[in-house]
Amino acid sequence: MTDSRLRISDTDGITLVEFVDRNILDEANIQAINEEITSVIEQAQTPKILISFSNVDHLSSAALGALITINNKIREKSGALHLANIDPQIYEVFVITRLNKLFNIHDTTDEAQTAFAG
Amino acid sequence: MTDPRTHIEGATAVDLVQDRTRVSTLIDQILGLAETKGFGSSSLFAIRLAIEEAITNAFEHGHDGLDPSLSVRVEYKVTGQEIVVAVEDQGPGFSPSALPDPTLQENLSKPSGRGVMLMRAYMSEVEYNPSGNRVRLRYVRPS
Repeated sequence: MTDSRLRISDTDGITLVEFVDRNILDEANIQAINEEITSVIEQAQTPKILISFSNVDHLSSAALGALITINNKIREKSGALHLANIDPQIYEVFVITRLNKLFNIHDTTDEAQTAFAG
Repeated sequence: MTDPRTHIEGATAVDLVQDRTRVSTLIDQILGLAETKGFGSSSLFAIRLAIEEAITNAFEHGHDGLDPSLSVRVEYKVTGQEIVVAVEDQGPGFSPSALPDPTLQENLSKPSGRGVMLMRAYMSEVEYNPSGNRVRLRYVRPS
């Protein structure tokens, strides 16, 4: 069993997920991250998950793929996924791939938390 | 046989096995060279992203179903004007023109298929050899 690459906390029914690593590139790590968040989704009746990318400098298309898989699983349970604190260079990757249209993206975790209520 | 479209004259060549530490070390080495030649942070971001995607594609898709110990060849050349990197796997290759457009509405929720388009978006030039098992990435310093 490898160490978790995530910090996961719960506030008012919203699960905040943060990354330990600056680079989300390694296939094995991405798979582990996917499995860990999937486990959170499975345990929740209506998952509300906020993923913060503060401190993340790089992510690969495989990491984007994991986010999409997570988003699909959350939608299957009528939950909500919000993303926040995305570095401008990484945000450009979301724009190029048009994934900024798929995900709910916010500048800060505070803004994202407000959006869950709305 | 050398393919002129993806050949790099005078390149340094490294054979990589699928080992994250070695992949990261090589990419850091190429980026370190680029930095000493004066390439800025947005260039380094673009180059790291494209090389990561090319190497991941080589191991994950190029060698899919093959011996996992097969190596991937990476060739690179860094000058003051450009960075050129080629990645070649030992698989049968693929046809990049046959890839679906991942930005179409019907493909947005599909988890894979974005690596090649990201390489094309960030690099000045992306060329494949005819069999599709070798890609050459070329990044020209922004003027």
